Amino acid sequence: MNAHTMAAAGAPVTQKGEVLLSVENVSLRFGGVKAITDVSFDIRKGEVRAIIGPNGAGKTSMLNCINGFYHPQEGRITYKGVRRSKVRPHQAAAAGIARTFQNVALFKGMSTLDNIMTGRTLKMRGNLFWQLFRQGPAMDEEIAHRKVVEDIIDFLQIEHIRKLPVGKLPYGLQKRVELGRALAMEPELLLLDEPMAGMNLEEKEDMCRFILDVNNQFGTTIALIEHDMGVVMDLSDRVVVLEYGRKIADGTPEEVKANQKVIDAYLGVAH
Amino acid sequence: MPISEWRTDDHRIQEPECKGEERMSDVAAQPAPSLLANGWIRTGLITAAVIAAIAIGARIDPSGTIHKVFVDPFQQMVEAPDLLAQTVWEGLVSGVLYALIALGFVLIFKASGVFNFAQGIMVVFAALTLVGLHEKGVPAFLAVILTLGVMFVLAATIERVVLRPLVNQPDIILFMATFGITYFLIGFGESVFGGNPKQMITSELYLPKGAIDAKILGGLVSFQKIDIAAAVIASLMIAALAVFFQYTRIGRALRAVADSHKAALSVGISLNQIWVIVWFTAGIVALITGIMWGARSDVSFALEIVALKALPVLILGGFTSIPGAIVGGLIIGIGEKLGEFYWGPLIGGGIESWLAYFIALGFLLFRPQGLFGDKIIERI
Amino acid sequence: MFYREAGQFKSTYSADMAVFPIRQDRIGIAVILGIAFVAIPMLGDDFFISSVMIPFLVFSLAAIGLNILTGYTGLISLGTAAFMGVGAYSCYKLTTIFPGVNIIVLILVSGLFSAAVGVFFGLPSLRIKGFYLAVATLAAQFFLQWAFVRVPWLFNYNASGAIEVPQRLLFGLPVTGATASPETRYFVCLGLVVILTWFASNLVHGKIGRSWMAVRDMDIAAELMGIKLLNAKLLAFAVSSFYAGVAGAMMIFFWYGTAEAADVFNIRLSFNILFMVIIGGLGSLIGSFLGAAFLSILPTALKFGLPALGVPLTGATAEHVTFMLVGALIIVFLIVEPHGLARLWQIGKQKLRTWPFPY
Repeated sequence: MNAHTMAAAGAPVTQKGEVLLSVENVSLRFGGVKAITDVSFDIRKGEVRAIIGPNGAGKTSMLNCINGFYHPQEGRITYKGVRRSKVRPHQAAAAGIARTFQNVALFKGMSTLDNIMTGRTLKMRGNLFWQLFRQGPAMDEEIAHRKVVEDIIDFLQIEHIRKLPVGKLPYGLQKRVELGRALAMEPELLLLDEPMAGMNLEEKEDMCRFILDVNNQFGTTIALIEHDMGVVMDLSDRVVVLEYGRKIADGTPEEVKANQKVIDAYLGVAH
Repeated sequence: MPISEWRTDDHRIQEPECKGEERMSDVAAQPAPSLLANGWIRTGLITAAVIAAIAIGARIDPSGTIHKVFVDPFQQMVEAPDLLAQTVWEGLVSGVLYALIALGFVLIFKASGVFNFAQGIMVVFAALTLVGLHEKGVPAFLAVILTLGVMFVLAATIERVVLRPLVNQPDIILFMATFGITYFLIGFGESVFGGNPKQMITSELYLPKGAIDAKILGGLVSFQKIDIAAAVIASLMIAALAVFFQYTRIGRALRAVADSHKAALSVGISLNQIWVIVWFTAGIVALITGIMWGARSDVSFALEIVALKALPVLILGGFTSIPGAIVGGLIIGIGEKLGEFYWGPLIGGGIESWLAYFIALGFLLFRPQGLFGDKIIERI
Repeated sequence: MFYREAGQFKSTYSADMAVFPIRQDRIGIAVILGIAFVAIPMLGDDFFISSVMIPFLVFSLAAIGLNILTGYTGLISLGTAAFMGVGAYSCYKLTTIFPGVNIIVLILVSGLFSAAVGVFFGLPSLRIKGFYLAVATLAAQFFLQWAFVRVPWLFNYNASGAIEVPQRLLFGLPVTGATASPETRYFVCLGLVVILTWFASNLVHGKIGRSWMAVRDMDIAAELMGIKLLNAKLLAFAVSSFYAGVAGAMMIFFWYGTAEAADVFNIRLSFNILFMVIIGGLGSLIGSFLGAAFLSILPTALKFGLPALGVPLTGATAEHVTFMLVGALIIVFLIVEPHGLARLWQIGKQKLRTWPFPY
């Protein structure tokens, strides 16, 4: 894909290395169950930030808080220097946060093309009158965005499934289409929830390359949940580790790897 | 295809297949703490504000509309408690009948996941078969047994012809199929027994007639004996069903199927057999409902529209809860009778035709999961 | 063999994004329009046009409306008939108040009234989903039906409670009322249906249609794409009710002529239109036409077809048998092809594409 089509999205407010999003003392409860307890960390512009931890550690809940699907009871989330209170998911999307899901959440009745086009919704002005006729400005807009979408399809190498309904595609391709849909939003912050779950080695390598390319070429900041430690260590700049909803470690992959608490959490500890 | 993912929004929370990330209770995230965060305080404040607004409005409202809507009916209730008691009783009785139809829905929905639109028509069909057989010279009790036989054949046929070929289809397809059953049964019933309204054979079945006039609350309140009988029989039947579900092998299998089809299959429960049993049970409930209902009015396909009232009952009580169906039925029955009697005349009467739906809608807006449903927590 | 896209290359996105990208489809649609506009009025007798074709067109339009709501946006509605009724009564009142205004304009305006009512009853859709929403739309059905009987202003205080369609002229020709010829009424209906179908097709192929389908397939993900759920759902309710309203006005003005409309727009009509949508195919405009054709023509065909085949039927029995057959056919159809006639149509096209070879 041409770099300018993606990078042109929203003039960068922050420079690389600055804090893009910071999570401070966030706690989330469901009734009496604490999903997240007093977690703080930040995501810097342009980095690949991994969130890891055993099952049930609250990783997905954390992403859900970041894009406004859950609202934490305590703590605050600051995005681009602005403290957010009760953001709705569509507002988070408008602010430039895109997301893929642990269980693929594609629009199963629609084609690959339409799915990715849906990612362009926020960029489209849309005028009911012209859309009735599918002429003039409405059609020009469709074509302009179709070009961007075709670039993404090109980038992800999914030309051959362009017009197939996504419900019938194999799992690996569905994950790729979902990434495409998130990329179509031209996000500043891309949240990837286990992008490589259930993939074979070759598909994982492809996906890793796409993630690195997105990060390098377009400077997109990426927050990533992943269970494959090899992938996490190779891809990420910094890693935050959660266990039972609490943060137990934060730092570069090497630091985290050497952390005793992390080793205990993953390997178990003799009591 | 678009409809392939159409799922019923019932109370079952879909567990994600993998990982079991975040085990959480079924209560959604609470809003940030503030003075109004406590539900009771907030509700109390809003109620107080509404009552105050009405009181002030009633004082200054020149035409007296607010007075007529918010004060008069309650004054009437206090002044004539016998009328109130009569209205509540009538509501209770129709509520029992709504609850019975809803019960049939719930049974089938729990066991087969089918939203059985045909339950209302099964009531009519059962009653019609009973009366029709009697008209053809079959003794009353033999006719009851034969009708039960017909309901069993119906259950087996539906299982074989409709459910089995459509297994694993999206819910909406099965829902539509029950529409097909409805149409078929209407056509079939009318061509066999004719389309004219019929009298229920109450005396032949030794159902009581007449009324008991009780002197209470300073007036006469009349209780139809048939209504009392209906309430008693309905309670007995519900108790019997509860025992059946709780203590028999089939009941246990039924509950297993209701929880998870796949898991039930994996431990060797035959779905087909369970479905026949459940649809037959729903058929028995339908027959009893039909007899009770037919005794109060005619047996005719006009009942079909009344049977739709079971839908608001269901959304009040939840699609899977038997106590919900009963409580929901009573709330709807009493609510619509009170509404019709005290508020109906203000806007021309006849509001019974839609009031039930609005009561249910009002509840839904505050509790989308129904009275007894668990709070729906969305997860991705 | 005959139906193949081979050799038809698209060099622009606009050509690729056309509704009918394949030449044979475009020829096919031209042939159908030709038959509808030329052959049927020339060859069909009055009975065929006024008792088969006009009902078919009215039902098609209503089915398209419901399909936008149920098939494209995934919101099930059992109140279509009531929204049709709103269109019919608004049109009746409008033409009483403004007798001089062009009737076509009034029919479209009454669709707007219906859309407004639809939006109102669509408001709960943000909090309620699935069958729960279906029950909410039943509230609309029964409340509006009640209003049609209890508010005499709606039928101009007629003693009979019926509305009688007055005569209205279009280009000097009577299009409504007793003197309007079946052909004129047919042409007006056909024109409206063709234009509105074209609009619907444009909507569902563009941004709005995509956001509807996104809401249908995965509402949570749709919201995270920046789609405002309430707006998308209410727009679907508005557009759907607009189509239903126009169809209802057409039903009374071009088909029934005079009717105790409160009885016409009953729950059974709502169900019938839902059948059409599901048998035709959810999320398919062609399916709406196929479903409407199937369910509006089938009863007529049975009524006149069975006696012709030597099956003796009296009026009442014929109705019962029709009911049974329709019920049985619904079940058979769902078993054979749960995705509706539209899917059969696609399979047929695929067969044509590869004919005479199986693959």
